[in-house]
Amino acid sequence: MLAPAEKLPTPLGLLAELTHRCPLGCPYCSNPLKLDPRADELDTATWARVFREAAALGVLQVHLSGGEPAARRDLVEITAAARAAGLYANLITSAVGLTEKTLDALADAGLDHVQISIQDSLAASADRIAGYDGAFARKRALAAHVVHLKLPLTVNAVIHRANIERVGDLVELALALGAGRVEIAHVQYYGWALENRAALMPTAEQVKRAVGEVEALRERHRGRIVIDAVVPDYHARYPKPCVGGWGRRSLNVTPAGRVLPCHAAETIPGLEFWSVRDHSLADIWASSPAFRAFRGTDWMQEPCASCPRRHEDFGGCRCQAFALTGDARATDPVCHLSPRHAIVEQLAGVRTEADYVYRR
Amino acid sequence: MSEVEKVTVVTEDARPRLPRGVRLVHNEAQGGFVLLAPERVFKADAIAAEILKRCTGEATVAAIVDDLAKTFTAPRELILTDVTKLLGSLADKRLLEL
Repeated sequence: MLAPAEKLPTPLGLLAELTHRCPLGCPYCSNPLKLDPRADELDTATWARVFREAAALGVLQVHLSGGEPAARRDLVEITAAARAAGLYANLITSAVGLTEKTLDALADAGLDHVQISIQDSLAASADRIAGYDGAFARKRALAAHVVHLKLPLTVNAVIHRANIERVGDLVELALALGAGRVEIAHVQYYGWALENRAALMPTAEQVKRAVGEVEALRERHRGRIVIDAVVPDYHARYPKPCVGGWGRRSLNVTPAGRVLPCHAAETIPGLEFWSVRDHSLADIWASSPAFRAFRGTDWMQEPCASCPRRHEDFGGCRCQAFALTGDARATDPVCHLSPRHAIVEQLAGVRTEADYVYRR
Repeated sequence: MSEVEKVTVVTEDARPRLPRGVRLVHNEAQGGFVLLAPERVFKADAIAAEILKRCTGEATVAAIVDDLAKTFTAPRELILTDVTKLLGSLADKRLLEL
């Protein structure tokens, strides 16, 4: 040993991307541009093993996601396996392709919570954003069934220029649907969202108004609905503590079984990812080169390396640093202390009226 | 547990319970009791865990406070303050039904 190793952190959450298949085409999707094909997807038994290994590692919650997780015919078995491993099972769904009958079976299998994405409070706009006629009506109907089953419901609303004027309406809609929690998630520019950045980018004025509105709504609805916000980081002074710090709180398993520190990590060239097909999750968490690359603070350059906030925001997001500066070890340029901050200010002003590139 | 200014009033005849989707579990790797909730995890200290274990939907707040006062030979008024503060704050976050 060259230096005393820092105590290995214990992860809290596992994002299980069960499939990249999805009926919707949302232009802000965080999935990679190159999707894992169906033939490469992990089978039921492997997911069950991954969940047992995750629980043994200290993971408490599994987020069953995708793509659209209901595109998997074994979703009920997978959910039951998560509960059998002792994990809190959270379903993150578009609601399209998830039948009421399947939802009944998922509730019986022990599903703990359902998150449904809603694209807008106006049906026509919501369906246009999703690239799927009738999606909005389907989502409302399934949300009602979640509440009927007495399962807790979160509404997730990704916010961008086409719906940012209606954050208040989206919170009201979540309340009307019976959600206990709503995420007002300003779009983060990765994957398809990065591709569509100029078409999604709101104005600084719109962002300011929306953030203020959400603060007021949170106070007004305290005790009725929990409002969680994902901040519009291109308009922020400091970067977000991306995934709570690299290799610190969570891991992400792709449909084909590669284990990533975050969903966009594969955009950083030169990182070596290990697969659950070849290694145990504990081994990957502790030793895979990708997880070790940016864990802790030793990798940092200035101004991060001596920054008093380095243990709070961990230098921001590595994928964003790479996407915007070409250097994954750089300070996330969202930070006003970054010497490259002007890039973000410039990009935040670039807008186009051109059509979305839908995720397909 | 972290606390926010509470607005939910907790009365002694309420029968608190954890709603579906909120579970108190003990986890060695995380170093004790944790409250699992929709996409959130809260570490529960020893006092919070003792209170939450008793939130079954059957016992009233009064009975829970009596039980805790007896078990830990502590003044009832003090326990009542702790219990109503915690339960009110959890209800605000939709982590408890009263």
